[in-house]
Amino acid sequence: MAFLGISEISRGSLAVWRRNFDAFIRTYQVNFIPPFVEPVLYLLALGYGVGALIEDVNGIPYPVFIAPALVSISVMYSAFFECTYSSYVRMYYQKTFDAIIATPLSIEDIVTGEILWGATRATIYATLMIPVLFLFGVIDLPMSLLLIPCAIPAGILFASIGICFTAITPSIDSLNYPAFLFITPMFLFSGTFFPITILPQSLQYFAFGLLPLANVVSLNRAITGAEFSPLILYNIIWIIGVAAIFFVIGLNLMRRRLII
Amino acid sequence: MGVITARKLEKRFPDLIAVDQISFSVEEQEIFGFLGPNGAGKTTTMRMIHCVSPKTGGSLSVFGLDVEREPRKIKQRLGIVPQENNLDPDFSAFQNLIIYARYFGIPRRVAEGKAEELLDFMQLSEKRDVLIEKLSGGMKRRLIIARALINDPELLILDEPTIGLDPQARHLIWEKLRHLKAAGCTQVMTTHYLDEAERLCDRLVIMDHGKILVEGSPESLVREYAGTDILETNPTAEVIACLEAADIAYDIFGDLLQVQTTKPQDTANTLMESCRHTSVTVRRATLEDVFLKLTGRTLRE
Repeated sequence: MAFLGISEISRGSLAVWRRNFDAFIRTYQVNFIPPFVEPVLYLLALGYGVGALIEDVNGIPYPVFIAPALVSISVMYSAFFECTYSSYVRMYYQKTFDAIIATPLSIEDIVTGEILWGATRATIYATLMIPVLFLFGVIDLPMSLLLIPCAIPAGILFASIGICFTAITPSIDSLNYPAFLFITPMFLFSGTFFPITILPQSLQYFAFGLLPLANVVSLNRAITGAEFSPLILYNIIWIIGVAAIFFVIGLNLMRRRLII
Repeated sequence: MGVITARKLEKRFPDLIAVDQISFSVEEQEIFGFLGPNGAGKTTTMRMIHCVSPKTGGSLSVFGLDVEREPRKIKQRLGIVPQENNLDPDFSAFQNLIIYARYFGIPRRVAEGKAEELLDFMQLSEKRDVLIEKLSGGMKRRLIIARALINDPELLILDEPTIGLDPQARHLIWEKLRHLKAAGCTQVMTTHYLDEAERLCDRLVIMDHGKILVEGSPESLVREYAGTDILETNPTAEVIACLEAADIAYDIFGDLLQVQTTKPQDTANTLMESCRHTSVTVRRATLEDVFLKLTGRTLRE
């Protein structure tokens, strides 16, 4: 139990990451659809549809207001779903983890590789969304390129949370609980489609204290709006700190599940 | 120094003892078999040997290394053929080997050469670029063996290597395993096919309820526990009376009466002459007779 499993992580985790990357590239046609289509659909329906009824949000046009949230949501969904449903399929149905554990790699290498891959996928999606949003004129370049490095810790955060649920879920169906009871409410109430400041003070504290997406949206909106306040320092520390905590919890829960 | 040395090895779960203080050792370049009914503890023992299941008691070393302290070093030199097919369905046969090689840290170019060589060795070259789901059961099994050989293992662990295969595929795999043995590869296998164990294993153990019942070469076990020949007939009242009269020991299993004997001709004559009984079969005793005698005929699970 030295260092809570962290000492069991080796370079081999990159081979696990690479396996997932290769699988992603092999079916790239399908995988590259969401980052291009999603922002277009959201912008048309919410940005310009609902947005037509809204003057602006604190002086910002509504499509511009939701643009950083769309990137944040994509990061959350791609990392979380990669490390829940997809990881579960690899672990339980495809027995990929069983095959890997028979090689010199450790459980910790596998979990680390999965989380790094979830974060990578999130970062790829965030990167691909940037030109689309730029074409709609809702983000500015080059400032918004900062969304890319921010997607990495945010991706690790959501991937680590996902792995924790994967490690404890009794079946693939039970993954619907965190998806609907945790991810979906966050999608709606994290300052994504309306500013968090219109919530009662206590709920604002709750959001920034406990909701990962609220912190990611806050950081990303500061980037696209080029408006930096001390709050974003808090957001960055929160994202990195909570990601580290869930990463370690994920390692240990997975070890408990797989080593019998 | 054995390749594997286990002393009082134990695996305890909260509700059962899967492996109950077994001791054995596997020597270099032999094929060592673990036989036993379902739930006997064979697979659990295999899993402890390849460092994925921690033991709860006793000692276990592989290549002279402790399984708990040096799992990576041990696994670097092992090849594992699991009971369940766990090939990577997202990739082709060739890519499966390449990706597996990466887990061993084998450089890409070396891995490519090795993968082609192994596909050829297991007669899968034609299926090089075929996705796993398009392979037949026999091909998947052969590919799993090829995958287990990607790191030139000194010890190959085979859990039911020919499960569910047709005779052609089984014979091909047997040939390859004997070839590997000749090349110096030590092998440990579990199997439910006793003819397979008889053909391949130099030594084997029969396990039941987590314990080793017997250990030895297939021939010596058959000689010791089943005699040389088995005579089989129907257990009619007439036959039983006749055997009792001649003072010949027999066993009845359902609709089958068996006599263990070293003089099959005499026993058959006795039955045919004095009981005018006609349907008598005489055959060589096999490992299956030993197995059933030691582990009983009751269904497991």
